[in-house]
Amino acid sequence: MDGWLGVVIMIVLGVGFAGVMIGLSILLGPRNPTPEKLAPYECGMPAVGDARERHSVKFYLVAMIFLLFDIEIAFLYPWAVALRDLGWAGFMQVVTFFLILSVGYIYVWRKGVLDWGPVARAVRRQVRDKAA
Amino acid sequence: MFDSTFDAVVPLLCVILAALAAMGAEAFRARGERMPIGGLGIVGLAGAGVSSVLLWNRNAASFGVILADNFGLFVTLVLVVVGVLTIMFSSQVVRRDALPAGEYYALVLFAIAGMIMMATANDLLVIFLALEILSVAVYVLTGIRRDDQRATEAAFKYFLLGAFSSAFFLYGIAFTYGVAGSTRLDRVGAYLAAQSMSDSPLILMALALLLVGFAFKISAVPFHMWTPDAYEGAPAIVTGFMSTGVKAAAFAAFARVFLSAFEPFSADWAPIVWIIAALTMILGTVVGVAQSNLKRMLAYSSIAHGGYLLVGLVAANEVGKAAILFYLLAYAVTNLAAFGVIALLGSRDRGNDELRDYAGLWHTRPALAALMTVCLLSLGGLPPTVGFIGKWYIFSAAVSAGYYGLAIIGVLTSVVSVFFYLRVVVMMYMAEREVAAAMPPRVTGVSMAALAFAIFVIVYLGVMPTQVLDLASASIATIF
Amino acid sequence: MLALVPLFPLLGFVINAALGRRLPKTVSGSVASAVMVASFVVSVMIVLELAAMPADQRAIEQTVYTWIASGDFVLDLTFRVDPLAAVMILVVTGIGALIHIYSTAYMHDESVGEYARYFSYLNLFAAFMLVLVLGANFLVLFVGWEGVGLCSYLLIGFWFRKRSAADAGKKAFVVNRIGDYAFILGMLFLFARFGTLDFRQLASTVAAMPPEEGVFGALSIASLLLFIGATGKSAQIPLYTWLPDAMEGPTPVSALIHAATMVTAGVYMIGRNAVLFSHAPETMMIVAVVGALTAVMAGTIGLVQNDIKRVLAYSTVSQLGLMFLAMGVGAFGAGIFHLYTHAFFKALLFLGSGAVIHALHGEQDIRQMGGLRRYLPITYWTFLIGSLAIAGVPFLSGFFSKDEILYETFHGGHTLLWLIAAVASLLTAVYMFRLVFLTFHGDGPHAVGVTSHDVGATSPRVGATPNDVGATSHGLGAAPHLHDAPPAMALVLIVLAVGSVLAGYVGIPHALGGHNALATWLAPSFVPVGGEIAGEAAAEETALELTLMGVSSLIALAGIALAAFVWLTRRALAAAIALRYPTLYRLLLNKYYVDEIYDAAVVRPIQALSQEGLWRGFDVKVVDGAVNGTGAIVDASATLLRRLQTGSVRAYAGSLFIGVVVILGYYLWR
Repeated sequence: MDGWLGVVIMIVLGVGFAGVMIGLSILLGPRNPTPEKLAPYECGMPAVGDARERHSVKFYLVAMIFLLFDIEIAFLYPWAVALRDLGWAGFMQVVTFFLILSVGYIYVWRKGVLDWGPVARAVRRQVRDKAA
Repeated sequence: MFDSTFDAVVPLLCVILAALAAMGAEAFRARGERMPIGGLGIVGLAGAGVSSVLLWNRNAASFGVILADNFGLFVTLVLVVVGVLTIMFSSQVVRRDALPAGEYYALVLFAIAGMIMMATANDLLVIFLALEILSVAVYVLTGIRRDDQRATEAAFKYFLLGAFSSAFFLYGIAFTYGVAGSTRLDRVGAYLAAQSMSDSPLILMALALLLVGFAFKISAVPFHMWTPDAYEGAPAIVTGFMSTGVKAAAFAAFARVFLSAFEPFSADWAPIVWIIAALTMILGTVVGVAQSNLKRMLAYSSIAHGGYLLVGLVAANEVGKAAILFYLLAYAVTNLAAFGVIALLGSRDRGNDELRDYAGLWHTRPALAALMTVCLLSLGGLPPTVGFIGKWYIFSAAVSAGYYGLAIIGVLTSVVSVFFYLRVVVMMYMAEREVAAAMPPRVTGVSMAALAFAIFVIVYLGVMPTQVLDLASASIATIF
Repeated sequence: MLALVPLFPLLGFVINAALGRRLPKTVSGSVASAVMVASFVVSVMIVLELAAMPADQRAIEQTVYTWIASGDFVLDLTFRVDPLAAVMILVVTGIGALIHIYSTAYMHDESVGEYARYFSYLNLFAAFMLVLVLGANFLVLFVGWEGVGLCSYLLIGFWFRKRSAADAGKKAFVVNRIGDYAFILGMLFLFARFGTLDFRQLASTVAAMPPEEGVFGALSIASLLLFIGATGKSAQIPLYTWLPDAMEGPTPVSALIHAATMVTAGVYMIGRNAVLFSHAPETMMIVAVVGALTAVMAGTIGLVQNDIKRVLAYSTVSQLGLMFLAMGVGAFGAGIFHLYTHAFFKALLFLGSGAVIHALHGEQDIRQMGGLRRYLPITYWTFLIGSLAIAGVPFLSGFFSKDEILYETFHGGHTLLWLIAAVASLLTAVYMFRLVFLTFHGDGPHAVGVTSHDVGATSPRVGATPNDVGATSHGLGAAPHLHDAPPAMALVLIVLAVGSVLAGYVGIPHALGGHNALATWLAPSFVPVGGEIAGEAAAEETALELTLMGVSSLIALAGIALAAFVWLTRRALAAAIALRYPTLYRLLLNKYYVDEIYDAAVVRPIQALSQEGLWRGFDVKVVDGAVNGTGAIVDASATLLRRLQTGSVRAYAGSLFIGVVVILGYYLWR
């Protein structure tokens, strides 16, 4: 059974880490709840209605696209740091990566995902139809 | 012009470029404009096919993680065939169901790219990456008919469970890395070979978790639950695509990981795979018998076929190894063609995939009925079709490796399975068409050509299997 | 050259399947018949060539190409004709051709498309049977084996609008699949053990091994599995139930299945593997006992059936039982001899019954017939010849072959089996002549017009008095138009009748001063290549053989006399006996309730398992349950989210997780 010790340690560590983090924040964090603090937003405006309502799908689309391009930055940054060590091969790889992403970007753009609201889309459609 | 470092990824690149081009074309497509996007995909796939043939026997490797050995190339070629057939069948379906063509073809191509990557990957992390590429594409394809509630539900279920199983798979990779200090299959293999006497739980843990990840993708019992729902919900042609392509790719990676890297521990995984194979064959067949929806029936049948492939994996002797690849090809072509027929018979608002929809098909669409018959007989393993040769090989491998139990279960289930394939045949030839039933739609030349090609392969490989068998056994020899 | 034999019918199939609906009936019928005749001609040429060779080298082989070759496993698509296969191809193509010709007239009422469909199936059937017979290894034989099963399914269910026909087709297929299951396992087993599937190599290898006397070793297991396969194809206990139902198909199909193809496959397969079987005495005993029991059981059932084709069907089962008995006691030559003569008279009987049914527009119940001999003279006389032959009346074909089986059984020391076989042949004579007397003799046809038939034609109204016959009125309830077989059918009947008389003369036993040419011809097929061919019967046994011959002649004549006594002179007696022993009568009439027993013991539980157990109970209830169950409760507007939240995905994920836990648990606790 001693061989399983590693497995047990890993599980304990995994669960433990999460547990300790949550526990610490509960223990150490100062708590002084007021109604204003428990409100969903603390921007000075009183909350109107329930926060759990349907949002336009645009929100999600934009959020996802933001996430994607944000991740791109996360890749670019370490590359920039190690630019000299990686040399031309690294440069080409990043360019390839960037190009592929660009195709996605163009696609998203042309499909009108970035147009906010129906009016903008209608305008675009007019422009496109005129061009065609 | 290119460094030889890039040789191994050429087939992959061809497909990815085609996919990107498809996306670009869709982006600049005016409303209502027709573009031969499917043709674009076929060109890319043809490029992949040609480059695979050129790479044959070269054992090219790129970046140390993509390995274009003959095994990978064989599977790549199978995937190319799957892709081409899918696109050819799709042309009619896309137009009929008014699917977004660019999106659809791009997703198919990305999925194939992921599959090819999976088949040629030599690193667990790359396998995982490939798995995700193909999975995400297939999740979306499952739900491509956004207005169809069943399709969205199926896609969502598939996605959730797929993510769940991916987590297991990733966990398995983590353990493997923890044990072997590398995710490269050759290094893992070398390390494990040195440890073959040990009974380290970490290795077993890694083994078990990877096994679960693969078992999910090839929908082996008890990890098959998503299959019937996803297969029934997705458009028929997508079902055909994922029941063949995904399975082929996952099986290739499965075989590569377990027959090369984890081969020293085969005594540990073989009993588990034995049980999974037996359960898969039994459940797929027995439940298949009770189905009256053709898509659902074929979904269960494809579960059972996964079981037969697992038998080949367990009985990994000389015959068995070749049998896996051969069966993969046989199954891919046959099953895709069968789903192709279902897809072609559907209409926009109605799937026409209930058993009774096939009543009297012989009288209205004799060619289609005849082609479907050949597919079903091949799925049932009746001579002289490729399905028979494949099954014969798998089972004789099992017997000569001493796995009598598996062979007995396998033969029994395949004997039973003929019953439900034949039920469809009977419906087509020996039943009156319902008076109210709509005339099945016309089939375009492209789709008919695809079907004819598939049938040709089925019969040709049933009658003259030797060359391909040799190819299969030669190519699988490269991963040992 | 050999490949041409199955290729011709295959060509016919292709033509009729592809173009059939555009061809007029005469063309598709003639094409189908012509290819069979061509195949027969080629077969004759092959056999003549074979006969010109020295006796111990008689074999022609043709490797069409290498079918499967990978590693050290090489399998050629090879056809081989040896004396045994020669007899078989002559029977299949010869009788087959006659049945095709007969069919052109018999099926003439079908529409063009159906007509072509029928002949395409028939050709395909013959092609597969020829592949089966000519295959030089198990896998090629298996191609034919499966193909024959498939075609029989299509042909028996040909009139699919008739529910019973569709069911019979399905039953034939399912029962055959059970046999096939054992057969495949047997093949795989042999392959794993010996590494070859070629009949000759197998025979040589096995010949070098000691017979498994008293032990149930590898050879016994393999041969037993093969034999189970044979019981499926050749309708023996316990898998015989499909054959009597198979008469739901068109009558020529019954003739083809019962006489020339399909059912002979099992007997042939055992003959083909004579060396293997004779090295497994335990299996041989099982074969012999099963054969003998089947012969008697089917014979008793045949006694009380009232459907003309059903009686013949049970007689086939019974005769096949005798063939298996012969195989089981090691008299392979006698078994094949009987197979060969049986092909003639059983084809004749079935086609004769077809002529009767044709004339009566679908009536099959013999209680409604009678006196037909006056209206259907050709049919009557040919049918009578067939019945005499099958009953074993001296100097007709059936006499020689059946007698040889009885003699070999007795001579082999199986006295009890001999007794059973003798009873079976007595039964044969009785039920066959019951059939003849009820159908053709007596007071003329009874009123049969009140029942309707599924075949489509309204049933005939055969008048109560013979006077009505010949009246040409076509009005409702008017006189019958009983006409004898049309020329194509009559010709076939006469040819077969001649055959039924003469076919036996190739095997006149030594006791009667003959040479038993057939046995000598076949003998090399039952030993490994270069093996010792069994010596001729010793002279001192002639007396025994003559005695037994006398006994079996007496049995045949006694059976006929008994039948004549009961059904010709005192019909009331039969009814009285039936009344006297109602339990026995019902038992026989209901075929020992075997179908019902199988249904309750096998079919229902499997259905229940599949429908209720694994699918409903497991995949649906546990897994899909949440979806479908609540789907029914929750109305159609239930949202996607709602359905997901009712637990189905959780159940799926749960099953996945349990799978992981079980696998890990296995590693942890093993």
